[in-house]
Amino acid sequence: MSNVGNINPYRKSYFDTQPDYLYPAYRSTVKRAPQQPLVQMPQTLSEITGPLFTAGDVAETDYDLTAQHTGAPLGERMIVSGRLLDEGGRPVPNALIEMWQANASGRYKHIVDNHDAPLDPNFTGFGGVVTDAQGHYRFKTIKPGAYPWRNHYNAWRPAHLHFSLFGQGFAQRLVTQMYFPGDPLLEFDPMYSSVPDERARARLVSSFDWENTVPEYAIAYRFDMILRGRDATPMETKENKR
Amino acid sequence: MSLLLTAAQTVGPFVSIGFEKSSVPDVAPAGVAGDRVVITGRIVDGDGAPVTDAVLETWQANSHGKYAHPDDAQEKLLEDNFKGFGRVLTDAQGGFKLTTIKPGKVAGPSGIEQAPHITVVIFMRGLLKQLMTRIYFPDEAANAADPILSLVPATRRATLVATKSADGSLQWNVHLQGANETVFFDY
Repeated sequence: MSNVGNINPYRKSYFDTQPDYLYPAYRSTVKRAPQQPLVQMPQTLSEITGPLFTAGDVAETDYDLTAQHTGAPLGERMIVSGRLLDEGGRPVPNALIEMWQANASGRYKHIVDNHDAPLDPNFTGFGGVVTDAQGHYRFKTIKPGAYPWRNHYNAWRPAHLHFSLFGQGFAQRLVTQMYFPGDPLLEFDPMYSSVPDERARARLVSSFDWENTVPEYAIAYRFDMILRGRDATPMETKENKR
Repeated sequence: MSLLLTAAQTVGPFVSIGFEKSSVPDVAPAGVAGDRVVITGRIVDGDGAPVTDAVLETWQANSHGKYAHPDDAQEKLLEDNFKGFGRVLTDAQGGFKLTTIKPGKVAGPSGIEQAPHITVVIFMRGLLKQLMTRIYFPDEAANAADPILSLVPATRRATLVATKSADGSLQWNVHLQGANETVFFDY
C-alpha cells in the first residue's frame, strides 16, 4: 500500500517550448501574469490522472462545423486533420479535442466581439472530436478570417483555430492555436512570437495537405499536436532529460 | 524518439462560445457518496478588477480518495457515476460556482497521504498558458501534514485553503497578482 503514491510523472516542459506568463507585447498579460515565483512541486496521483473520454462523449457530427445549421456557412471549406502524440511519439487515443474559431469574415459568435464584420447565421464556430486508437483526429470547417484587435496600433490577429486538448493526465492539459502557412501577419503577432523557441513556434503553423484535400470540394491542412510524455521507466526521471 | 512539445497559446476572449455549452458546474450527480460542497469565488487581476472571461477546470478523487483513472492503483472504492471533472466559467462579476463532493485523502509522495484537495487549472485571455493550483478544505487536520502544502511558504498557504461562509458554502478566491496573490504551481 505504501508505494501506490509513487508515480511515473510526465516530463517537465522542455526549455523555451512554452511562452512565459508575462509577455508585455501581449498587453493583457501585464495585469494577469503571476508575479510571485511558481511553487515547484512533484507530480502526484492528482496530476498524472485526469478526466478520460470516449467517442461517446461527442456527437458523431461534432467534427463538422459546416453542418450545424440549416444552410452552409460562407467561406472557404477546409479539412483539418492530424495526430495527437506524446513526446515519445506514442499516439494519444481517446483524447477530447475541442476547437473554436471565428467565421470567414473574422467575427466570433460572441457577445463581446464587436468587430464590424458580419455574423454568419450558419456558423457557430465550435466543434469537438475524440481521437481514435492511433491518435488521429479530423475536423471539417471553413477557413477563419483574420481580425483586428486593440493590443497595439493597427493590430491584426492572423487567421487561427483554437484547440483544447485533454490527454490521459491533467499534467498533459494543453490549449493552443493553429495558424496557416504563409500568413504575413504571423511575424507581427505577439501571441505567436511569445513562444521563445523558433522551432516550437514554427510547429504552430499547419501545412497544406494535398493527400487529404478532397477534389472539387475542400482544401486540407495538416496539424499534429504533441503532449507531454513520460520517460520510459520511473528510474530515468532526471529533470528535463530528453 | 523525442518530438517537440506543442506550445501553449491563450484561449483568448471568446472561449465561452464552446465551453459554456460544455461546462460541468455540478461535478457529483445525485447518488454520489460524500459531503456535498458548494464552492464559490471570484477571480481578480492585478488592479483588483474582476476577470470576466476565465475558465476553471477541476479534477478530484471521490469521497473514498480514489480517482476514476487506471493509473490510480489504490485499493479503494470506485463509483461508476462519479468522474471527478468540473468546468465553470466566470460571470460578469468575475464570479464562479462549482458544486461537488469533498474528496477523500489520496496517496502522496513517499507514502505520505495528501489532504483532501481539488486540482485546478485556469485559462483566460492574457494567460499564454494555464495556471495550475489547488483548493484545500478548511477545518481539515490533514492539511498540516500535506506534502504539497508543506512546499508552500507558510505565509502564502492560506491562499490555497477555502474558507467557510455563514451559509455553509465554501469560498475560494483567485488573486492573479498583489499582496494576496494565489499560489500557482509548476509540475
